Amino acid sequence: MLLAMHGIRKRFGAVCALSGVDLRVLPGEVHALIGENGAGKSTLMKILAGVLSPDDGDMRLAGAPYHPTGPRGAQALGIAMIHQELNLADDLGVVENIVLGREPRRLGWFDRKAAVQRARVALARLGREELVDNKRIGDLGPGPRQLVEVARALTLDARIVVMDEPTSSLSQEDTEHLFAAITRLKQAGVSVIYISHFLEEVLRIADRYTVLRDGRSVHTGAVAQTSEPMLVRHMVGRAIDEVFPRVEHTPGPPLLSLSNVAGTRLPVNASLTLYRGEILGLFGLIGAGRSELLRVLYGLDPVRNGDVRVAHVAGRDAERAHDVPSPRATGTGVHGRAPWVRLAQGVGLLSENRKDEGLALTMTIADNLTLSHLSHGARFGFVSRAWQRERLRRWADVLAIRTGGPALDANAPVGTLSGGNQQKVALARLLDMDIHVLLLDEPTRGIDVGSKTEIYRLIGELAANGKAILFVSSYVPELLGVCDRIAVMHRGTLLPAAPVADLSEATLMTQATGGAKT
Amino acid sequence: MAAGKRTQDSRLTTVSDRLVRMLKWLGPFLALALVIALFAGLAPDRFLSTYNLKTVATQTVIVGLGALGMTFVVISGGIDLSVGSLIALCSVITAVALRAGHGPMTAVLLGVSSGVLAGAVNGLLITGLRIVPFIVTLGTMGIARGLAKYLADEQKVDADALGLSGLMAKSPDPAWLLVAPGVWLLLGLAVISAVVLKRTVFGVHTFAIGSNEATAHLCGIRVNRTKVLIYALAGLFAGLAGVLQYCRLTVGDPTTALGKELDIIAAVVIGGGSLAGGSGGVLGSLIGAFLMAFLANGCTLTGVPNYVQEIIIGAIIVAAVAIDALRQHRDSP
Ligand SMILES: Nc1ncnc2c1ncn2[C@@H]1O[C@H](COP(=O)(O)OP(=O)(O)OP(=O)(O)O)[C@@H](O)[C@H]1O
Ligand SMILES: [Mg+2]
Repeated sequence: MLLAMHGIRKRFGAVCALSGVDLRVLPGEVHALIGENGAGKSTLMKILAGVLSPDDGDMRLAGAPYHPTGPRGAQALGIAMIHQELNLADDLGVVENIVLGREPRRLGWFDRKAAVQRARVALARLGREELVDNKRIGDLGPGPRQLVEVARALTLDARIVVMDEPTSSLSQEDTEHLFAAITRLKQAGVSVIYISHFLEEVLRIADRYTVLRDGRSVHTGAVAQTSEPMLVRHMVGRAIDEVFPRVEHTPGPPLLSLSNVAGTRLPVNASLTLYRGEILGLFGLIGAGRSELLRVLYGLDPVRNGDVRVAHVAGRDAERAHDVPSPRATGTGVHGRAPWVRLAQGVGLLSENRKDEGLALTMTIADNLTLSHLSHGARFGFVSRAWQRERLRRWADVLAIRTGGPALDANAPVGTLSGGNQQKVALARLLDMDIHVLLLDEPTRGIDVGSKTEIYRLIGELAANGKAILFVSSYVPELLGVCDRIAVMHRGTLLPAAPVADLSEATLMTQATGGAKT
Repeated sequence: MAAGKRTQDSRLTTVSDRLVRMLKWLGPFLALALVIALFAGLAPDRFLSTYNLKTVATQTVIVGLGALGMTFVVISGGIDLSVGSLIALCSVITAVALRAGHGPMTAVLLGVSSGVLAGAVNGLLITGLRIVPFIVTLGTMGIARGLAKYLADEQKVDADALGLSGLMAKSPDPAWLLVAPGVWLLLGLAVISAVVLKRTVFGVHTFAIGSNEATAHLCGIRVNRTKVLIYALAGLFAGLAGVLQYCRLTVGDPTTALGKELDIIAAVVIGGGSLAGGSGGVLGSLIGAFLMAFLANGCTLTGVPNYVQEIIIGAIIVAAVAIDALRQHRDSP
């Protein structure tokens, strides 16, 4: 037994995050920690990594009592953690980030050569040595950033590496690199605690697993003796018979059309027509320019070239319609349109990175949910708190936004929610608005199995109600399960969309990697 | 036994959590109470006399008004270094208008609207040129001071106050007002500001911009427009402060309120405002302003030298920020 945690409890004010958790990890094993959003996985691992201290319970590391004094203390005892919400210094380069806090020194000076060497070795173990040249990590996408975090943990010579949803923003290729690294860690006798909402990954990489539910450990066992439906039953308490619920919907007239749209760097060229009542998937490798396309469409980044048209939908509430400055706004615009104009036109965006762009973490859950359409519930410029609470109640119900407390506190800062629950708030804001084109960038990132199914059903219902959905995802099964058509982006160029019936995981991958074009 | 210990433990942690959080709200109150108690002990008759309390209240008005505007600015993640100069500029404009023979109403309106205009210019420069507020307002601080001196011909502008001085009279007329009308103005505007900040769409947008500007932009908040409004509002308060400064001095002094911007920022920070944006409150800022006024007054009364007073204020600012940091550390481990 390398690690034994027993009877761990943790409260945050009225919220009971952990109420008696046991976890046992063997040397050299990959131990999966699974459970619904808010079950307490991240909290338990923060306790292990010395970030939080438990209210009660005892921990033993290799037989000796383990009481880490802060993250550095835990690191010194061989525990490295990769957090769910990435912790990188944006303005520093990859090398500096990897050695941050443990910079190699020579005569008291930063020894850059040694640092580069150390970083290179770690990145090579992940198969991404070229990242070593990066000068500013803020310029990297979420995938490479995640790998930098992993590389950072690799340089720690840890006995246990904790990975909190490491693949939620990784491409398949990067996931393979990560798995290879995990296997190597295992061979070196290092244990890995692996948190993920992708059960197929768990079945593939893990040796044993522990299930948390409502702050308790409810089950533990060997992966070889279980199956995906069994894991789901342990997590949710019931079986999910239909992962991709089918809601009948039929495409109507065009709502959004792009012709030869180009951004400053990405996308290079994108033409597309999105119809009413249609779910159109966008697939591509990370860095292919899918997010950039959505950003350009939504007016976050400038349009350098091409034409974006949003059809006018009759019957939209007149109150916001007067916000549209000129008829030109619905037509072409070389500079693109500001987000507020797009919103007024009925186009909304869910960004891929809720922490930097999507949620105001210090503000309340209720404010975050309604931030984009406060005026809808306002009278004479006064925000109606009752209206905000009512909206939150509704979406908390539908999407199962929960905390361990008795009821969701609308006035709690959104940053105190678990990662998946934060994502649900960001998504709920979009769903709560009166819009008809939804640009969704990885909407199910970090969301548990049960809620994912609920979100797929909601997306289907939106389409049935005549909305148009542009669905960016790196998770092929959900694209194939939810979309009507899928278009693939390759190095900034959008390939023609094809009906989902003609596509498979294999054809999508070939298109995405620039193989034979269909 | 174990269970008993456990509940006690967790109760203890929540209690200490709450204590730290309360300290944040109570901190300014406690500091104010402490200062009052201290000087009340040192010089009971003089410090607590009605006349002296009225004096302190009147002295708070200028910094207090500035702090109201600064609260919005700081919550939105900005800073306004130009308030001190704007106060001088607006008081000179008021005096010049009176000297030119305009009525008191016109003079006051001119003074206040110049403040709004200057604030709007700050906002437009910040959003239009995408320069950080610190630099823009550092520039306009110099420009406004220079303009004030130019308009006043580098000397004090004498003008008949035409009854305006009553606004800042320590013994107001009618007597049932108890304190100068300017003090009531400050309190009334503070209530309105608090309501605007906490209850209106504009207030929530202000918090959102300070908390995460990218998110605010994504949510369709018109960030630039809101910022211009915020700085214009700060200008409005500076303009009012300028007019009242004239009423107090009954001359338009272009060198007045030198360095007042730092007192004003200090009041906001003592009151819980964070220069990183996203937090702060009107009540806190007001208490911060009163705290500094009481401190200055008490030190003068008891003959404590000026430098001691400066050291104390400095220490209070650091303590206020330290408490804030402690609280944030607890909240987001
Ligand atoms: N700093 C905090 N303050 C208050 N409550 C918190 C805080 N951190 C976590 N919680 C609460 O503790 C509970 C467990 O959260 P945790 O982040 O451990 O969940 P999780 O299992 O990691 O979920 P997810 O799959 O969504 O990441 C949640 O109800 C959350 O709201
Ligand atoms: Mg988590």
